[in-house]
Amino acid sequence: MENFTPWSALAGGALIGLAAVILMGANGRIAGISGIVGGLLTRSQGDTAWRLWFVGGMVIAPLLVTLSTGNAPPFLMQADWWAVILGGLLVGVGTRLGSGCTSGHGVCGLSRLSLRSLAAVAMFMGAGMVTVTVLRLAMGG
Amino acid sequence: MERNIAAGLAGLVFGLGLTVSQMVNPAKVLAFLDILGNWDPSLVFVMGGALLVTAGGYRLAWMRPAPLFEQNYQIPCDNSIDRKLAVGAVMFGMGWGLVGLCPGPAIAALTLGGPKIWVFFLAMLGGMLIHLKTPIGKWVEA
Repeated sequence: MENFTPWSALAGGALIGLAAVILMGANGRIAGISGIVGGLLTRSQGDTAWRLWFVGGMVIAPLLVTLSTGNAPPFLMQADWWAVILGGLLVGVGTRLGSGCTSGHGVCGLSRLSLRSLAAVAMFMGAGMVTVTVLRLAMGG
Repeated sequence: MERNIAAGLAGLVFGLGLTVSQMVNPAKVLAFLDILGNWDPSLVFVMGGALLVTAGGYRLAWMRPAPLFEQNYQIPCDNSIDRKLAVGAVMFGMGWGLVGLCPGPAIAALTLGGPKIWVFFLAMLGGMLIHLKTPIGKWVEA
């Protein structure tokens, strides 16, 4: 566990929570990223601009961190190309089918004590852990 | 306009949170999912920090009868734990475990990586379109 970073994790988590509260207090919306992005694909009137603004804010954030600290945040993506494409498709279909991801079910749903979200979180975390473990064993690691 | 700026601010703070907590780094997320390997429990603390603030902050926000810039709160009221939820969550978890990216980091990290992050992002949009344009939801229910 030498890579464990509890304090930056807590601080970053608190910021994510603050973002969810801002979106709820200002616009009455759940900060579920798959829902916000998924809503961009259905052209419903007057419901697109705020989603683009939210996504724009998310994209700019790491750039601001890079500019202010002089260091780009660590980023290591080792998945093979087949896994990148298959993984993206699975995340896209799965989050829409299951009505949420780590933010919608994980943060917003759990904070409302939603059993549906708790079930979703348990299942996607379990599936993720099994996948990582099976992949590692298959690669002989 | 106010609601767009509020959404932009929320997205910015969300992205800062993902960056500070290193959740934009797929290797960090995979280390959390690798529970039998060299486990890194940081993601639990990210969720914990987010939940503490959201649980309290939502209740404060809901003391106002309506949000600042909209008519009402749009809170999911579906409580069903059905096959669509299960199949979707398991598919999402498998994709998450293959790469180490969920939708938030897939967007926030767009400027951090090379072409792979963009291919993942486009594949994710493709998956969302498949859900939108095909009766896959009905097949799962049937």
